[in-house]
Amino acid sequence: MTFRAGQRVRVSPRAHRGHHRTPGYIKGKVGTVERVHGTFTNPETRSYGGDGLPEEALYLVGFEQGMVWPDYDRRDRIFVDVFEHWLEEAE
Amino acid sequence: MSDGHDHDHPHEPITSDGEPAAAARARALEALLVEKGIVTREDVRRGIDWLVSRSPADGARLVARAWVDPDFKSRLLADARDAALELGLDPGPSPVVEALENTESVHNLVVCTLCSCYPRALLGPPPAWYKSLPYRSRAVSDPRGVLHEFGVDLDDDVELRVHDSTADIRYLVVPRRPAGTDSLTEDELAALVTRDAMIGVAQPEAPVAA
Amino acid sequence: MERAVHDRGGWPSDARIDRTEHQLEDWEVLTDALVGALGSNGVMNVDELRRGIESMPPQAYETASYYERWLYSAETILTEKGVLEPGELERRSAA
Repeated sequence: MTFRAGQRVRVSPRAHRGHHRTPGYIKGKVGTVERVHGTFTNPETRSYGGDGLPEEALYLVGFEQGMVWPDYDRRDRIFVDVFEHWLEEAE
Repeated sequence: MSDGHDHDHPHEPITSDGEPAAAARARALEALLVEKGIVTREDVRRGIDWLVSRSPADGARLVARAWVDPDFKSRLLADARDAALELGLDPGPSPVVEALENTESVHNLVVCTLCSCYPRALLGPPPAWYKSLPYRSRAVSDPRGVLHEFGVDLDDDVELRVHDSTADIRYLVVPRRPAGTDSLTEDELAALVTRDAMIGVAQPEAPVAA
Repeated sequence: MERAVHDRGGWPSDARIDRTEHQLEDWEVLTDALVGALGSNGVMNVDELRRGIESMPPQAYETASYYERWLYSAETILTEKGVLEPGELERRSAA
């Protein structure tokens, strides 16, 4: 596991053709790792007939809604389960 | 047909005998797959039986037990899958089930923006609105507006946490126990816990005195 | 950034959420069970099901009902795998 709870991370802003489970509204956004879920099969390969192995680290990442949507003015949060290869360390 | 609204309710083409074309396609698919030895009728029967056996009653039992037993609540919040097994319930095929506790300062709401992921084993099939395009869109960008539509208005100092189920974890909300329920049995408490409360769009209420 | 049609989070929508309850039709329960059996038998997994759904032309995705998308996906993926012949399901449905 590269990242740990409490760490600030950015979701890669890259476009990705083909099946993946990182929603567009968090791409490029910075959040905080809430929890490390463990490792799971990779849907990006398993969806094309692979076995999804090796398993990859999956993180619960929390984002302040005000950082995700332009007019959101409350301190609510959105939590998304994100695979490690979509995350990079943020300052 | 172009009536300009989101098509979130079925619009299957209707055939001359009044059934949707999709119904014939589903039956044809079953026939082909059975003939080709890909699935058996018993496989299909078993799947149908399982699906129709699912309801929110199992989820409600988890919540009611958590309301009356603090140690069980701790176990539920640590690992809802194991807690379900402890009560003899089927947690379903997902490797991880997580219970999200509502408190006086936190309210949780669950959505799957990418498709319709939902803890079906414990709550039964998801409602049509959960799978609809407007819910999938607005539950993340306007969750307070969505809750308002469902009749729930949170105070400003309550943090609203939306969980988008994008992977293999399935989320279930543990709503708050309503006031005025001290005298109720665990079964009576479970009857107050609705499917919608375990998604996060409703809050259980004490029964009205007869 | 361009989004695929299934990636709905935050998609602009003024539509009210239709809260009408829908009892699943028999064919919908059947479709669900068929996909489940395909999964249990190792023929088509849930990630493939989702990929198949996401491959629908955008307008078809938005107008199809939920289980119509599942049927589309099953047909697409099973044809891709050679389990179904191209057009075979269509012909059998019309029979």
